[in-house]
Amino acid sequence: MTHLIVNGELRTVSSDPDTPLLYVLRDELELNGAKFGCGLGQCGACTVLIDGQPVFSCLTPLLLLEGREVRTLEGLGTLENPGPVQAAFIAEQAAQCGYCIAGMIMRTQALLERSPNPDDDEIRGALEPQLCRCGTHMRIIRAVKHAARSLSAAAEATK
Amino acid sequence: MRHDISRRAVLQGTGALILSFALTRRAFALTETGVGDTSVHRLPGDLDSTPMLDAWIRIDPDDSATIFTGKAELGQGIKTALLQVAAEELKLPLTRLTLVTADTGRTPNEGYTAASHSVQDSGTAIRNAAAQVREILIGEASRRTGAGADELVARDGVVTGPGGLRLSYGELVSPQLLHVEAQPTSNLTDPKDFTVMDKPVPRVDIPAKLTGVASYVQDMRVPGMLHGRVVRPPSYGARLVSIDATSVEGMTGVVKVVKDGSFLGVIAEKEWTAIQAMRQLAALAKWNETAELPDESRLAEALMALPTQDTVILDVGKPDAAQYDVDASFSRPYLAHGSIGPSCAVARMDSDTLTVWTHTQGVFPLRNALAELFAMPRENVRCIQVEGAGCYGQNGADDVGADVAMLARALPGRTVRVQWMREQEHAWEPFGPGMVVHLQTALGADGMISTWRQEVWSQSHMMRPGPPGTLLAAREKADPFPPPPPVDLPMPEGGGDRNAIPLYVLPNARAVNHFLPEMLLRGSSMRSLGGYLNVFAIESTMDDLARLSKQDPVAFRLRHLADERAKAVIITAAERFGWDGRPKLPAGGGYGFGFARYKNLEAWCAVALEISIDQDTGRTIVERATAAVDTGQVVNPDGVRNQIEGGIVQATSWTLFEGVRFDRRRITSIDWAAYPILRFAHVPRAIDVHIVDRPGLPFLGAGEAAQGPTGAAIANAVRDATGQRLHALPLDAAKIRPQNLLAGRPRAGT
Repeated sequence: MTHLIVNGELRTVSSDPDTPLLYVLRDELELNGAKFGCGLGQCGACTVLIDGQPVFSCLTPLLLLEGREVRTLEGLGTLENPGPVQAAFIAEQAAQCGYCIAGMIMRTQALLERSPNPDDDEIRGALEPQLCRCGTHMRIIRAVKHAARSLSAAAEATK
Repeated sequence: MRHDISRRAVLQGTGALILSFALTRRAFALTETGVGDTSVHRLPGDLDSTPMLDAWIRIDPDDSATIFTGKAELGQGIKTALLQVAAEELKLPLTRLTLVTADTGRTPNEGYTAASHSVQDSGTAIRNAAAQVREILIGEASRRTGAGADELVARDGVVTGPGGLRLSYGELVSPQLLHVEAQPTSNLTDPKDFTVMDKPVPRVDIPAKLTGVASYVQDMRVPGMLHGRVVRPPSYGARLVSIDATSVEGMTGVVKVVKDGSFLGVIAEKEWTAIQAMRQLAALAKWNETAELPDESRLAEALMALPTQDTVILDVGKPDAAQYDVDASFSRPYLAHGSIGPSCAVARMDSDTLTVWTHTQGVFPLRNALAELFAMPRENVRCIQVEGAGCYGQNGADDVGADVAMLARALPGRTVRVQWMREQEHAWEPFGPGMVVHLQTALGADGMISTWRQEVWSQSHMMRPGPPGTLLAAREKADPFPPPPPVDLPMPEGGGDRNAIPLYVLPNARAVNHFLPEMLLRGSSMRSLGGYLNVFAIESTMDDLARLSKQDPVAFRLRHLADERAKAVIITAAERFGWDGRPKLPAGGGYGFGFARYKNLEAWCAVALEISIDQDTGRTIVERATAAVDTGQVVNPDGVRNQIEGGIVQATSWTLFEGVRFDRRRITSIDWAAYPILRFAHVPRAIDVHIVDRPGLPFLGAGEAAQGPTGAAIANAVRDATGQRLHALPLDAAKIRPQNLLAGRPRAGT
């Protein structure tokens, strides 16, 4: 048994410790956000946050994660109440097939937590590990800027 | 004509059968969508093949409606577009509509979701059906109340009329009311009255996808579901010689190892167990490999050396010249669809019925193939489309559908899910074919093109199911199915020769399609088919001819066009880009222009762009791109923009980075390291899309319009920046690096 904090909740999982986190999330915890893309850490479709840092869940075995905090797409918001980054991607219609977008959103979340007002080059640099095949990149970059603006406005409002 | 298929090609196709056959181009004539070749009822769009109105639209007593389409959402936004069309003509709010997509048990058979035909075929059908349903409901209100139909108005799902008359659709509808054949003409809404169509309605599927709601076949999860994986051979046509699977069968959590000839798969309780078992099986399997692949560095020569079936597709005037101003061969490598999510399917066998959930582009053809593969009646096989990752043509979707069915049949009563591994998708998907285009052109003294000769070499771009032999599992089974005869998609849409007839006015022109029945690598449909290379070649040549005659490339194109809509997109793109008066760029900078009307039948698209080439690495970046597009009546302008932007980015990736790699036996580009595609650092700095508005004109597909013009515009910009013309794709950094191309600078433009 391994204990994880997934999207703020303590979860006890029974998958073998050598199981990559991706399969624990998808198959045992039934979370759809992280996607299988390559299993090689080359495409970023499986990106989640561990203790706030973006990682490839397809390469991260469960045994490294005892007691650690995992955040997935589901932890950012819901269909009824999407989080600020999700809302920005929806507002910019930044998806075609959408398969890669969960990873894009997680990478964006990590970027904006570290750097609230990234410029174009910083956004491109941060998203470099993430592949998109539909060619939605321009909208994704717009969505990241949109999210940065929403988060700054929200931070300003709570001051 | 008769051609023997070589042993090598057949081995790659099947591993077994050697056959020769006679075929003509018409014998296997087929459209890329699989339907709609000839009109049966003379009805609009796919009403022609499915004329009953209630096959498309159901009105429920609660004033809601369900729309049925045989087309599939592939990430192109078709769900939203079709709902907009239905809402507009039914006069029902979008929120009261539900859409059911391709399902052999429920929806019309609209063949494949391909060829940028969905809005044209299904959108036209649904638009007309919806308008006719609305009129039937108004007629019913008139019949019941005695009010004249012209006094009645349908709005928001209610028919209203004089004296407070008010009847909702739910009140008006009765079981047989819509069970009628469509009429040839409909009372369509005038574009100036549109409230839903031609509006940037947000995509209905995006919020769920972005918040982790199960949206893809990859996300399907049913109680008791098992996970399967298959072991593919190491190379085309390899046969499984032996395997001792005892150790795998004994693994905890493994339910069953399935072997049938050279088909090898495993079913396990958990996905990760299935993957480990698959790896163990792969390590234990002994294969006999026979594939002989061509020399990768001499692919164009290998293609041109194959036997051909020739069709003259254009022959006007006297296309001969004493000498040619441009005489060049253009080529592209095999290209991978490269879906980000490897193909996946879920299946279940219950007594004598098989159900497959699949992201195929053609549920009906796949259903037919599976029925034949398993000798089952078609009515006992149901294929239900569930979205997958974007496919851009035929990826592994159909193959994994057959794989999962093979496993599910071995374990009746259990639901099984199979997803391919990355290396399986990269090695086994049917690639976009490698191709060669040879052009010979000459200019007259007036600076107009006097002669144009174009030849195209390509294998089939259409190896989809129907025939079971299109599916990998069917070829691997102990009693294999033969490969189907290769389909040479005929003109006017064409396959390898798609867009091989220039849209320009050419008094003396000849174009020949050299169809290659053999397949050096497995191939099938990929976005824009042969259109990408034909437009690349034509537009590169237009650019060279303009330079040779010292004419501006945009003005030179306009001089050769009679088609007003073509001229309009070219002028729009040039103006919005600022083509005239474009500033001189520093070293490594270049401008390029490209234009085509997709298939000469669909959307017109022109692309102007500026690139910069890094003087040390030879890496090209698109600094800015401006596109103009005419897709007839627009259903969703943001959807069109998304498709054109995406097309430009994807074609930039094809053009600058991509090519399938192989040695003399195996595909070697089996991951994203060996098959690099564009990443964020090389995404264009800016893309600007302008829609040329054509209210009321027929719908034209937009999904493939940008590919050819973008590739050509980049090639022309590289020519502008380096002074040299590159003919072989990709235009990667290695070709451009200083010691190669850039070493040629400075060199005056010829």
